[in-house]
Amino acid sequence: MNMVRNHVLISIDANTIIAGARAVEDALIKEIARQGLSQEIVVLETGSVGIEDQGVVLVVYPEGIYYTNITPAEVPELVEEHLLKGRVVHRLMLKETPKRFVITKEKTGLMKEQPRIVLKNCGFINPESIDEAIAADGYQAAAKALSSMKPDEIIAEVKHAGLTGRGGAAFPTGLKWEFASKVDNPVKYIVCNADEGEPGTFKDRLILEGDPHKLIESMIIGGYATGATKGFVYIRGEYELSIERLEKAIADARSYGLLGTNIFDSGFDFDITVMKGAGAYVCGEETALIESIEGKRGHPRNKPPYPITAGLWGKPTIVNNVETLSNIPEIILKGAENFKKYGTEKCSGTKVYTILGHVATPGLIETEMGTTLRDIIFEYGGGIKDGKRFKCALVGGAAGAFLGPDMLDVKMDFVNLREYAAALGSGAILVMDEDTDIVDMLKSVLHFFKHESCGHCVPCRLGTARLVELIDRIAASKGTSKDVEGLTRISETMKDTSFCPLGQSLILPVSSSLKYFKDEILARVQ
Amino acid sequence: MNLEDLKKIREKAEKDIELRQKKTRIKIVVGMGTSGIAAGAREVLKTFVEEISNRNLLDVVVTQTGEKGLASQEPMIEIFEEGKPVIVYGNIDKKKAQGIVENHIVGGRPVMEYVIEAK
Repeated sequence: MNMVRNHVLISIDANTIIAGARAVEDALIKEIARQGLSQEIVVLETGSVGIEDQGVVLVVYPEGIYYTNITPAEVPELVEEHLLKGRVVHRLMLKETPKRFVITKEKTGLMKEQPRIVLKNCGFINPESIDEAIAADGYQAAAKALSSMKPDEIIAEVKHAGLTGRGGAAFPTGLKWEFASKVDNPVKYIVCNADEGEPGTFKDRLILEGDPHKLIESMIIGGYATGATKGFVYIRGEYELSIERLEKAIADARSYGLLGTNIFDSGFDFDITVMKGAGAYVCGEETALIESIEGKRGHPRNKPPYPITAGLWGKPTIVNNVETLSNIPEIILKGAENFKKYGTEKCSGTKVYTILGHVATPGLIETEMGTTLRDIIFEYGGGIKDGKRFKCALVGGAAGAFLGPDMLDVKMDFVNLREYAAALGSGAILVMDEDTDIVDMLKSVLHFFKHESCGHCVPCRLGTARLVELIDRIAASKGTSKDVEGLTRISETMKDTSFCPLGQSLILPVSSSLKYFKDEILARVQ
Repeated sequence: MNLEDLKKIREKAEKDIELRQKKTRIKIVVGMGTSGIAAGAREVLKTFVEEISNRNLLDVVVTQTGEKGLASQEPMIEIFEEGKPVIVYGNIDKKKAQGIVENHIVGGRPVMEYVIEAK
């Protein structure tokens, strides 16, 4: 056995790769070899550690020191000072380690402040090593489920846990599984929706990049519970690293016999195929997604029949989001009661958020359901950048609502936000400071929808085009107050008449921006 | 793959992860300032790492620190063990390091003749 003195974890995800993580990794390995430390210091790749917008990020264990914005030029100093001489390079160190960056396996007080269920292993294990995933509880829940639980026991546990869909619609997962399990058909499919298209959302990508085995395990359990023997992961084609890691994880799981026939001697067979999407927003809608897997144009289907009865190739199909599925192993392993300890009465568990915009430390966090917007922005996000004032936050992506200062202390969960005509959606929180032009913001949202409208139904196809005309006029100070009224009228009509949630949800950003900033918008037309 | 196989993989891989986390009984800190390195701390550090590898001591961590300000005693090392006083050794070389691993780390008896401070 070789004694390893330090482990340097380098976060390799799409963002850090752009920032030059591969070059830093090369430089690190070379410099460590040059100093003769190769036997004692190991460089490991890991997924995102939850720090965005800070260039290449390294974590040195056992000290747990985070270095940010590292370039190859700094590597020699880092190796000599920290790894050879043991002196932390304070200049490059992450000054204040916010709560969310504390990753620990021990149940300390900090763990209580950051309950990690979905992101438990992200930034901690090497996502390309199935052994490390197994050491970090990977496949334990699948082993338990397949060897000692009946399908209906699993469904009862998931139902009791109160897990709801984390993609935005918040449909109870246990109920969905129950419906699917009761459909009598020898062929069923389970599909993981990893077509994360909501602007500002990148949680599923980081989950897949950081812990792909968790998803595989969850799909095995879901397949066993519902009777599906074939799984598909529909993933955005741009998510190159997620696809690469997921495909490696699937291959490794196959070679270990965790996918394939007779898994854990249970007689249950299961396998997973990765399908790449071409990046259409509408394909995040489950029936459009199914069409796309079938090789057709991504258009939503008529409902009913729901996918649960007739989905992929007309067979019963369960569609679950990445984050939703990633909660399953914890529920099976530790029980529904434990899961219900987190969150609110109506919404148990945690939620993964991506915080971005005018905040000091943008990034990825996981907190309990019911955490207030104030806590998320000011505690985890480090407050508003450059000491400015909070104006509003667009919560839930483009199909979400603007929330103003009066919403800062509302407990955020799926049920509660609905009461305020808002939606948690995908969990993107785009924060805007006092200098943000709300008309500009709304303009970019509406342009996004026009671009992404699939053209299948008239209200959405024409509605988005008309809305863009109106907002362009308003933004150019050429509009009238009638144009402002038109925004509401058209989006209301779209809400009532559009075929799928794409057109139905425009009302959220439009009406919420008018609720808070009507004067500001009207000022542009008078 | 059956449950037994999974357990085996888990146990093996857990060890590897434990190593980079902090589940340690003893921490050996070697002073690696300029004077420490000049006096041979690099070799001392290497010796500790080798000895601990050879003996497969999973719960011992070797790390380094900077100058202690007592240049005449370099290479200096400190041994941290929970519930026990911190032992500081001075003027350590390869041979003494081997003795410390054998007697102190494994045997639990500090090598009194090299101890310069216990705090």
